[in-house]
Amino acid sequence: MTTTENSATRVDNSSTPVILGGARGGPDVTTMRTDRWWLAPVITVAILGSFVIYATWAAFVNKDYYVGANMHRDLISPFYSPCLTQSCVATGAANKAVFSWWTISPALLILIFPLGFRMTCYYYRRSYYRSFWWAPPACSVADSHKSYSGESRFPLIMQNVHRYFWYFGLVFNVLLTYDAVMAFRTPGDGGIGVTIGTMVLCLNATLLWGYSLSCHACRHLCGGQVRSFSKHPIRYKFWKFVTPLNAKHMQFAWVSLFVVALTDVYVRLVASGTITDFKLF
Amino acid sequence: MSDVKMRIWRGDKDGGEFENYSLKPQEGEVVLDVIHRIQATEAPDLACRWNCKAGKCGSCSAEINGKPRLLCMTRMDQLPEGEEVTVTPMRAFPIIRDLVSDVSYNFEKARQVPAFLPPPRPEGGYRMSQADVERGQEFRQCIECFMCQDVCHVIRDHEENKTNYAGPRLFIRYAELEMHPLDTNDRRDLVRDKMGLGMCNITKCCTEVCPEHIKITDNAIIPLKERVVDADFDPVAWLGRKILRRTKRTPAEASVQPEA
Repeated sequence: MTTTENSATRVDNSSTPVILGGARGGPDVTTMRTDRWWLAPVITVAILGSFVIYATWAAFVNKDYYVGANMHRDLISPFYSPCLTQSCVATGAANKAVFSWWTISPALLILIFPLGFRMTCYYYRRSYYRSFWWAPPACSVADSHKSYSGESRFPLIMQNVHRYFWYFGLVFNVLLTYDAVMAFRTPGDGGIGVTIGTMVLCLNATLLWGYSLSCHACRHLCGGQVRSFSKHPIRYKFWKFVTPLNAKHMQFAWVSLFVVALTDVYVRLVASGTITDFKLF
Repeated sequence: MSDVKMRIWRGDKDGGEFENYSLKPQEGEVVLDVIHRIQATEAPDLACRWNCKAGKCGSCSAEINGKPRLLCMTRMDQLPEGEEVTVTPMRAFPIIRDLVSDVSYNFEKARQVPAFLPPPRPEGGYRMSQADVERGQEFRQCIECFMCQDVCHVIRDHEENKTNYAGPRLFIRYAELEMHPLDTNDRRDLVRDKMGLGMCNITKCCTEVCPEHIKITDNAIIPLKERVVDADFDPVAWLGRKILRRTKRTPAEASVQPEA
């Protein structure tokens, strides 16, 4: 194939000055909005705040996170999985521990990764910038900061590590899926069965997969980063698969957050003997 | 039905105040119709920019009850009945008069976008697949109403950021070009260093106000941010470039555009 020369030459035009200043129209008030714009930030603070308080308590309490052979169930809380530390009771024997030097609550070692994944998530960033940081609290409501540099400087520039937390998140999804499969076992009886706990762990793993696959970093890595879809047909198929999921990322973010807490609560109640894990079949 | 009560900002660069107007309601009216009736009766000197009256020219952007909206696409019956309707000019830009603001900032920023730069034209012309065409089509729907720029708190609340911030409307232009299979420019360093992509904290207000329902944040800004991560923050991507000997283009090469 022959080519003709492109007549375009490169000219730097990026330094065109922008004229600043000038009196703005409208009154100098925080907002002219008359609706209940404050409601969404208040709800977000209430829900995320409650989750943080509960997760902190659950991570430090370091008991009732595993239902073992003595109750004929194999259920472990997602906050304490994988059970790899000296202090974790679910391994059965302390000498199996990978991190034998870790003697306090294993959840403190584990939760760094899901916490990091959610903290750097594009959706959660939107939520907590609005509700906790008030930058801005709502659209066309003045933010509460005199100066603003966003995510262009330290520490918020570290939000760019999101894709690495996503990689770790995938590892945890595999482990929690394994836990959900193991929850079909009835240790001590030697058989398999389905209990409410099995369903809860399966639901948790499914929603966490949904949350991870709908992630913006996932969409980018699957195929969003290519310039030409036609030259990368397989990546285009992946991209087309995750794009509809990405549109539901907010829903996955909230529902998976609820269910992961619910799973911990359920396992905790069964492990402590407060309720019995009802066997369906 | 009760009378329509309008509270409209009147003024210029020397200051201004609200003026109240009361009119008989008419069925099916949009806010722009009411403004026109006020011009025709009580205030012929009321300044208001408009053109198509069909939500396609992007001229009549203003703020209705504090929210950026097109005057021609906001029906009066969508607003709380019996309550006063407040109309103000776009807050992020300098005022010219009444409801008309000076949006030249956006055109200055548009001039800074390194233009589409295809490779030399092959014999038989350029070819693009439908999938690649469709990807950028969403961004071409922009009517340049600049409400996304107006609502963006990075410049709305911080005038000093205007020098180094392109804003959502221009980010969709950058995204469209970056996703174009025939474009040879690399604008990743430019959008990070000079166009302030990092200042966007993805609060999605631009997406909320877009009258064309362009998913500005999800489909343009976040993909751009991820491309910047590829270029500057991902050690695995860096290693991949080294192994495959794919070098990133320099900022100087990214800050260019073809001659007209």
